[in-house]
Amino acid sequence: MIVKDLVEKFNFKLLTERDGLEKSVDGVYCCDLLSWVMSHAKNNDAWITVQTHVNVVAVASLLNLSCVIIPESIEVDEDTIAKAKKEGIPILSTDLNAYGIFSKFYEAGMR
Amino acid sequence: MDSNKNNIGIKLEYEVKKDDFTRAGEASSNIKKVLRQLGIDSDVIRRTAIATYEAEINIVIHSEGGTITVYIKPDRIEMIAEDSGPGIEDVRLAMQEGFSTASNKIRELGFGAGMGLPNMKKYTDEFYIDSQKGGSTTVKMTIYI
Repeated sequence: MIVKDLVEKFNFKLLTERDGLEKSVDGVYCCDLLSWVMSHAKNNDAWITVQTHVNVVAVASLLNLSCVIIPESIEVDEDTIAKAKKEGIPILSTDLNAYGIFSKFYEAGMR
Repeated sequence: MDSNKNNIGIKLEYEVKKDDFTRAGEASSNIKKVLRQLGIDSDVIRRTAIATYEAEINIVIHSEGGTITVYIKPDRIEMIAEDSGPGIEDVRLAMQEGFSTASNKIRELGFGAGMGLPNMKKYTDEFYIDSQKGGSTTVKMTIYI
C-alpha cells in the first residue's frame, strides 16, 4: 500500500501537494503524545493524530513516517500544512474517527 | 549551524530558543539530514533523531534557552544539550517515565508526557545528566556507531 492509495481508494482528502504520495505505508499508528510516538511509531507507519500544530511535521519527518492522517475533519493549522509541503510529508484528512480509519486499512488487507 | 571537518570529526551546533514551538525540531531535523548525507546506519540515525528531538523539546518547554552540540566521530555520535536554567529540582524524579512539570497548555499540544529524559536514556548508549535547581542543566549522550 502507498500513500496515494489512501487518497484514491479511501477518499482521504490530501491537504498537502503530490510530494510523498509514492511512500510505502507498512503500518498504522495512533497516538497524540508526541514523545510516545517518537518512542513507538515505526518507519513507514501512517500516523493518526488529533494534534494539528507544526511540530507534528517534525515528528513525522524524524521518524520517516509515511504520512499524517487527521481524523474527524479537524482543521489543520496553515503553518503545519506549509511546513509539511516543505518537508514532503503528506497530510491527509477524513471525517472518519480513528476506529473508522483503522477499519479501512483492515478491510484493505492490512492485518 | 557551525560545521567543521577536522580530525575530531564534524561538529554541529544549534541554538534552541525558549518557547519557540514553531522551530522546535529543526535542529534535530538538520542533524538527521547531515547523518543521512554521511551514510550513517539508519538505526543510529533514528536513535540520534529521537535523542536530539527530546533534548530540543525539553529546552524549548522547560528552559530559558540553550544549545545542542553534536560531534560526529568515526566510532560514535556525541550529543550535548545545555541550557541556561532554571535547573531541575529532583533529577531522579524527572527521570521517571510519566513524571512531568509541563503545564496543561503544553500537555494539550501533546508535549509533557514525561517521556523526554527516559527516551533520551533509552535510545542512547551513554547518558549523563547534571542539573541543580537555580542553575543550568547539561545532558551528555553518546551513541556508538
